[in-house]
Amino acid sequence: MDIRKPISSQGGDSILKFLDLWKKQASVLKQKFGVAIEEIRMPLDDLTDVPIVYVQKDSIISILKFLKEDSEFEYRFLADITATDEESEPRFELVYNLFSHQNRCRIRVKVRVRESDAVATAVSVWEGANWAEREVYDMFGIRFDGHPDLRRILMDHRWVGYPLRKDYPLRGYQMFVDSEPVNLSLLEQDK
Amino acid sequence: MMNEDFKRSSFSLPPGYAVEHDPDDLWGDSRVIVNIGPTHPAMHGALRMIAQLNGETIEKSYCEFGFTHRAKEKLGENRTYHNYIVYTDRLNYCSALINNVAYAMAVERLMGIEVPERCVWLRMICCELSRIMDHLICIGINAVDLGAFSFFLYGFHQREEAYTLIEKLCGARLTTSYTRIGGLMADAPDGFERELKAWVGRTRKVVQEMDELLTGNKIWHLRTVGVGVFNKENCFEYSYSGPNARAAGVDMDLRRDQPYLFYKNVEFDVPICQNGDVFDRYMVRLLEIQQSLNILSQCADKMKKGPIWAEDKRVRIPDKDVVYNTMEGMIHHFKFFMKGFEVPPGEAYTQVEAANGELGFYIVSKGGSHAHRMRIRGPSVWHYQGLSKMVEGEKIQDMVAALGSINVIAGELDR
Repeated sequence: MDIRKPISSQGGDSILKFLDLWKKQASVLKQKFGVAIEEIRMPLDDLTDVPIVYVQKDSIISILKFLKEDSEFEYRFLADITATDEESEPRFELVYNLFSHQNRCRIRVKVRVRESDAVATAVSVWEGANWAEREVYDMFGIRFDGHPDLRRILMDHRWVGYPLRKDYPLRGYQMFVDSEPVNLSLLEQDK
Repeated sequence: MMNEDFKRSSFSLPPGYAVEHDPDDLWGDSRVIVNIGPTHPAMHGALRMIAQLNGETIEKSYCEFGFTHRAKEKLGENRTYHNYIVYTDRLNYCSALINNVAYAMAVERLMGIEVPERCVWLRMICCELSRIMDHLICIGINAVDLGAFSFFLYGFHQREEAYTLIEKLCGARLTTSYTRIGGLMADAPDGFERELKAWVGRTRKVVQEMDELLTGNKIWHLRTVGVGVFNKENCFEYSYSGPNARAAGVDMDLRRDQPYLFYKNVEFDVPICQNGDVFDRYMVRLLEIQQSLNILSQCADKMKKGPIWAEDKRVRIPDKDVVYNTMEGMIHHFKFFMKGFEVPPGEAYTQVEAANGELGFYIVSKGGSHAHRMRIRGPSVWHYQGLSKMVEGEKIQDMVAALGSINVIAGELDR
């Protein structure tokens, strides 16, 4: 009894309903992007609820753009950007959760990222990716190339360490008594 | 539309009440930088905006948050799945039950547990009751922020009664912790359905009154129509979901698009507005309350007696008489609460239509009693992100209206 068992009160039939569509989409992706698609994990075969598409770090933006704009795929709703610490090499997996309004199904795109790597920002695809990427940077220390405003978001800007890394302790204190000044550069008008 | 006298399309602003900016209002080149919040009452005590004003017009602004960050995602990796239920209450504390249900569903998905029918109906009642409470507080507080205090009291009375209903379910009013993995804390008491239906009837009347009080009110129109517009395209760019997206014409409701629980078995409409301003967000919420009331009365009719726990030994909490009277029961109880149960490896993103939009739990399990990664996708983060864009070029007092209308809940925003 694990994730492969469909649960009817959670749209259990949806996996069977979308399986053909996902398989078709997987073959289109493999054909179009070739080696840039490292691996595709399908539900029922693997321990996941929706397909996971592992892509190469350098082609992530072109693939996200294709998934968003292609009329067959139409994964227009960026549900989430997050990351996981895998404690192996490469250390992180960057996760993009997407939803299609048209097909009403979901897909997950993942990128394997080394600790020293920087990933291209998805702000050019979705403006709203801004804060989600800042949070990934804040919590995991993954850097995003070309991000307009890569600062910490939940933690104080003077914080040391990345809290959601697995080697970060659960307890500890960092005290900041004075408040931060207003960041005037953010109020400059766009030229 | 409830109020027959009111026709949205025929409404236009009277001459002299220009929504467009009066150029005389700007102060030339002199700018003022104003820090709003986090302790300002309009910012709900946890949000901060730094705005550059020209006259009263916001030229540019940026938002900060994180003042109530409690490291919930880190705690999710260091608590057992059962222990974590109480942390989900404190996400969106205006509708704690939806968070409980969403979290329980996420873990059940990973474990392949099907809960019995009565449990599903009760969870649906929880979701809709919370949605109504959340919408009542959102439109109520939005009106209070703009000076309409009596409107808020109408809704708040019904909200208190709803809390009393929830108290009958689980003994708590605000931090409910009602769901368990694979079941519920307790069954609904006898006569709960009858009380629920009586409440639905009363609330329907009150919502009608609220509608008559505010929807056609001229001052309310002047403060909300055309204010804080966030159009359909922006909603897609900023991942808006829930009522805020539906107010701009995005036809998306997970209860209908990706049905979960028994939403397939009940009839309801999805209200959609087109303009995406503060007024439409108010209107969508008011109409949604009525739909939720319909769903509630259908649930009360369709719910039958039966078990509330899934027959799964891994997650079933042993009954107290077994725990106190048998050795095996005592050991089972001890192991359950001290060590937790094992969740098989796998990863799932489980989403529900919460009161404010898509609430998702992305759980990665590598086996064991703790999650490897517990990600909470709260809608408030994405809605708050759009605020700076929404209020650019608006008056500073309209920022208060816009912020109230997107219903940013700090607990869910900061996690």
